[in-house]
Amino acid sequence: MSTKPILKADVNNPLWLLAELTYDCPLHCPYCSNPVQMTERKDECDTETWKKVLSEAREMGAVQLGFSGGEPLLRKDLEVLVAHASELGFYTNLITSGIGLTEKRIKGLKEAGLDHIQLSFQAANADENDLIGNKRHSFEQKLAVAKLVKQYDYPMVLNFCLTRQNIDKIDDVLALSCELGGDFVELATVQYYGWAYLNRDHLLPTKAQLETAEATVNAFRNTQGDDEPKFIFVTPDYYETRPKACMNGWATTFLTVTPDGSALPCHSAKILPLTFPNVKESSLEKIWHEDFSFNKFRGLDWLPSPCRDCDEKEKDFGGCRCQAFMLTGDMHKTDPVCDKSPDHHLIQAAITQSQQPTENLFYRDPKTEIPVHLIQE
Amino acid sequence: MATPKLNPLYKFQFEKAQDAFVLLYPEGMITLNGSAGEIMQMVNGERDVDTIISDLIAKFPGAEGIDKDIHEFLDHAHEKKWIKYVD
Repeated sequence: MSTKPILKADVNNPLWLLAELTYDCPLHCPYCSNPVQMTERKDECDTETWKKVLSEAREMGAVQLGFSGGEPLLRKDLEVLVAHASELGFYTNLITSGIGLTEKRIKGLKEAGLDHIQLSFQAANADENDLIGNKRHSFEQKLAVAKLVKQYDYPMVLNFCLTRQNIDKIDDVLALSCELGGDFVELATVQYYGWAYLNRDHLLPTKAQLETAEATVNAFRNTQGDDEPKFIFVTPDYYETRPKACMNGWATTFLTVTPDGSALPCHSAKILPLTFPNVKESSLEKIWHEDFSFNKFRGLDWLPSPCRDCDEKEKDFGGCRCQAFMLTGDMHKTDPVCDKSPDHHLIQAAITQSQQPTENLFYRDPKTEIPVHLIQE
Repeated sequence: MATPKLNPLYKFQFEKAQDAFVLLYPEGMITLNGSAGEIMQMVNGERDVDTIISDLIAKFPGAEGIDKDIHEFLDHAHEKKWIKYVD
């Protein structure tokens, strides 16, 4: 297998850095996109390594920075990293469950220069929220956090992950979002990666559920006042006929660094049969431009048939490499979401299969014992 | 006279990599063209629209129809909620 060398001038530098500080999380949502085999805390990058990563990414022109995980609040050095990022001129986003976000920390993060907080909810009522995250009183804590986020004048994005379990109560989600005063609200039907892929048969809504929810959101938008939240509805691509332009194209815009320092062109790429570089061993500049894995699916030259001759190839770049790999076993293939793909029947089969799950639902927890035949890696 | 200010949801800064002024917001960025960048630099919650126009005319003497461009951009920015009007 050979790849043509790519001239540096042809390659855009990353604009977006996702810093997954830790996979540890107080919640155990079965729809989590984190890998099923998670890095342990002792293998996480230290503060100095993260500072180096932030400096290098900013030097390359990255401007959006997401602190994510797991739960980034579990890192005691979060404030130090936010301050460093802020000084470098990043727009800093904290992507959090809200658990552990005390007033002291929210104030400290403001002082450090944090620009925005994205707060997740699992449902719009305590019982379901706490059940999905498998943590008692988490809903109550999230409500308190939402108030603090407003009180400290942060832009607030609310994120609801929609699954078969909670999508029917979209009305309540809309009402709660208005009540809390979110600026933007992501209504994200779950994408099937990591734990969510493992649990897909339990999570995938039916087409009817999805259409009802989307219609409800559209109708609600028409009644909204000017100062109310902006709702963004993300449909699961299993019901689409064209794939998503995953990550805006492989290694064009996004760079993820995982807790152990692996650099990835997208946050689930670790499942692919590729060796990814580590920020402890190499500079981001070198990784982005020279690493085999980053060049592997860059551009359009690698495209398989039918993408190669498709007039939409510049719209979706063949879709998602992880999805192609998970569903067909071959990461080079067309994303089977596309109905021009010879593997599109696999999506149909998955939708049918999801109506009668044969496996258990697994909570995201490093201690969960997953049957070997369900683990990809 | 109306005085525009930046919507606190947005952060306005110069980006060397884009060689342009940008508006940053949760997980997003708008890259402004040269004239939009010049106008947004004047928006500070204190200058009213007339002052912005006269300051920019002073900065770019001879630029034809500059006041129309400024009004158009501010209308657009207001519609997009990048700016709000004080008072």
